[in-house]
Amino acid sequence: MRWGEIIRRLVLIPPTLFGVCIIVFVLLRVVPGDPIAMMIPPGASAADIDRLRAFYGLDQSIPQQFITWFGQALSGNFGRSISLHQSVFELVLARLPATLELSAMATLIAVGLGTVVAFTGVYVRGRGAEWAIDGGIGVFLAIPDFLWALILLLLFGVLIPLLPITGRIDPQLDVTFHTNFYLIESLLTGRLDVASALLQHMILPAVALALPFAALVARILKASLSEAEDQDYAQIARARGFSRPAILLREVFPNALIPTVALGGVQITLLLGGTVLVERIFSYEGIGNMAIDAVINRDFPLIQGLILTFAILFIALNLAVDLLVTLLDPRLRHG
Amino acid sequence: MVDLAVSGPIARPSQWRAGFARGGPRLWIGVGLVGFFVLIALLAPLLAPHDPIEQDLLSAQLPPAWMQGGEVTFPLGTDSLGRCVLSRLMYAARTAIAVALIAASLAAIIGIAFGLIAGMFGGWIDQVVSRLIDVWMAFPPVLLSIVLAAVIGAGLTSVIAAIVVVDWTRFARVVRAETMVQLQRDYASAARALGLSRGQILRLEILPNLVPLIVTLFAVEMGIAILVEVILSFVGISVAGDVATWGGMIVEGRQVIYQAPWIMAFPIGCVILSVIGFNLLGDGLRAALDPVQRR
Amino acid sequence: MTAVLAVQDLHVAIGPRGKAANVLRGASLEVQAGEVRGLVGESGAGKSMLGRAVLGLLPANAVVQSGTIQFEGRDLLAMPEPERRSLLGRRIALIPQDPMTSLNPVKRVGAQISIMLRHHLALSKREALERATELLTEVAIREPRRVLDLYPHEISGGMRQRVLIAMAFACDPSLVIADEPTTALDVTVQRQVLQLVERLRQRHGAAILFVTHDLGVVAKICRTMTVLHAGRVLEDGETADVLVKPRHPYTRALLAATPRADRPAEALRPVPPALIESLWSEAHRLDRLAVAGPA
Repeated sequence: MRWGEIIRRLVLIPPTLFGVCIIVFVLLRVVPGDPIAMMIPPGASAADIDRLRAFYGLDQSIPQQFITWFGQALSGNFGRSISLHQSVFELVLARLPATLELSAMATLIAVGLGTVVAFTGVYVRGRGAEWAIDGGIGVFLAIPDFLWALILLLLFGVLIPLLPITGRIDPQLDVTFHTNFYLIESLLTGRLDVASALLQHMILPAVALALPFAALVARILKASLSEAEDQDYAQIARARGFSRPAILLREVFPNALIPTVALGGVQITLLLGGTVLVERIFSYEGIGNMAIDAVINRDFPLIQGLILTFAILFIALNLAVDLLVTLLDPRLRHG
Repeated sequence: MVDLAVSGPIARPSQWRAGFARGGPRLWIGVGLVGFFVLIALLAPLLAPHDPIEQDLLSAQLPPAWMQGGEVTFPLGTDSLGRCVLSRLMYAARTAIAVALIAASLAAIIGIAFGLIAGMFGGWIDQVVSRLIDVWMAFPPVLLSIVLAAVIGAGLTSVIAAIVVVDWTRFARVVRAETMVQLQRDYASAARALGLSRGQILRLEILPNLVPLIVTLFAVEMGIAILVEVILSFVGISVAGDVATWGGMIVEGRQVIYQAPWIMAFPIGCVILSVIGFNLLGDGLRAALDPVQRR
Repeated sequence: MTAVLAVQDLHVAIGPRGKAANVLRGASLEVQAGEVRGLVGESGAGKSMLGRAVLGLLPANAVVQSGTIQFEGRDLLAMPEPERRSLLGRRIALIPQDPMTSLNPVKRVGAQISIMLRHHLALSKREALERATELLTEVAIREPRRVLDLYPHEISGGMRQRVLIAMAFACDPSLVIADEPTTALDVTVQRQVLQLVERLRQRHGAAILFVTHDLGVVAKICRTMTVLHAGRVLEDGETADVLVKPRHPYTRALLAATPRADRPAEALRPVPPALIESLWSEAHRLDRLAVAGPA
């Protein structure tokens, strides 16, 4: 039954992506704003403009443009960026690792922090401290990542300048990387100095992305832990002489994990979406930052490619969460 | 066990009072914060010490009055163009509340309409609406709102349109699911057995049960609308020109973050307080309006 | 014989401060080594609460006001937490009421048994597995190795109950508290489970406190019994004596309401109204006593 659901989701992926493509494509073209007008040098002739227009395929009708673009996209060609004069596919591929590293780091921080808070909250259940923890979770949940980014920027970049606030790595640090996963590569090759520089740049944006998600993880996990701890099997474990921490960790946690992954996992998409602004605020060179530039420059092919990238990431995440839940819950695995 | 009967249902003097009691401190803090900003928005022309667009380049980037070099006439200091930060914050509250109200209302109307239609009729109509929601959810919302605002162009309308187009699904999903749940309840089948029409069932049975949910979502959506304005300001496509918005002030403050960090700090504070206010209001209302809320 | 368990004058209140209900009002009972004692009473009489108090499983809002619970001569209520925990599960074990909810749904049967053996008996992983296999064989589970590898949802309710019984006797306890272990099972399975408990008791030499509302079960396996009503003990003695010549009208009523194999179902007399009257006045008298008494 569970596997059937996953297959159903798989089948729905292509039409969903197709829908995303159509909406973006139409949206970008029915509204005013001419990318060609933004790139021509002053004094270009009308013929020059027409030639450029034809070069980017913008002289065709919208359905024609879509068919051309979609056909090429199927073969891996997502067009050329109008503002950066490079293949969209290569541009996205070059920047994506930065965003993935940042999001992964943020997810790690969020899950770690959220888990600690949730366990603390459950441990002090029924006391005044629980009320305080719930309140704190509520506040952290209400303030979105980009506001945290600004607050952190103000606190640790300006008032107490501890950490760098721009970029992914110091420009004066002279290293060449073979991949675009800088952090992973420097860790694997043992360049710890480089890794530490990368981490210093990553920590503020990662924490900004992590805080609201940590609050979300804490809220869901805490509620799930409380519920599971009230179940008979957890109560009976007490009567078998196990200490409360041991019960929470060994009996309650594996059960609470299932709803937490199911509900919280999907929300990683929020974190991923948050990279757009947070990368912008910290001038971090990922696809989020690139997306804002693309919008400002009306770089249609690049916007399309980026939105499609995000959409694919979102869908993949949802699917991964479903699979993980199925793996965690023996009742679903066999049912 | 006779004693336990005491904790049974207690008589309520009025439903409202009981509701507020259930809402607890969340509701009160939420009402307080939101009320504070609404009041400021309404009374901005009376309260503001200066005209929000009055420039005084001679007293630019003044710190707040209590800091070294501050002036009493500019309680929270001035921005880079010498405009009174406090006055701008107050007028920006007007913009924020107005945008939030209009955007949340429109998103609610569209979302509820789609959700009700899908939930009531089911079948292929539901399939279509559900797929539409699926597609929408596959977009990164921040990016979608930026793209939208960019293509529509800067301005209040564009901010509102971006919020509505991105967030109608929030209402649609919840209303659709809840409508289906309600329709399966006993009283809905009873109503059908009584020969009530779809419209009557909708009006008499379903809508009243949806109200707590919608009110909650609405409060939360207003908070989100305030955030979206800030986001769009960041990309430089929010409300243009001299109109004061919190987002605009944050972006301006970011330019001079090293010289005058307070210019950015105050509007961030306002955004945070108002968003927390709307969230608490939503949480509190849900607890207050829904008598059978499960923990 | 020395008493394995001696509960003396136990007072337990439950509920919020000020409105607490007294669920145990000076209950006392003794269980001798190797004895099977029935603890009966209607729901709410406090019999489960007494069992829970021994196991340290009282709900969070319950308070032991006074009294002692001596296990093998030592007061469980007064001893330090780690020491009490080392007794629970090892010397004092529980057969829980509902086999469907009493096993952890995400852990294999084998893991749930062996973690206990490793915790209390410091067995190695391999030894624990060996012992778990023996235990399952002892409770007449065929293919024990295979069952150890299954999840709770993959085995039947009767089998789950047998696993729980095996776990109760796993560390050779001297006292097993059986909390209505047959209530959730159907009649045929019930019989098997009772026989099984009796067999394991004989083999392991444990005393059993059998909490139940079913006098038929008590008559079948308990040599002695205690009748609890409204938090205090009404009868205490040999099962045969209590059942044949109950001293208290309440016990008589309880007996009259119990179906018996040697009596046709029509003969099942409802409690006569006059008796109910007298029961009520008795209950009220006890209540008044409790209020005026130690509380």
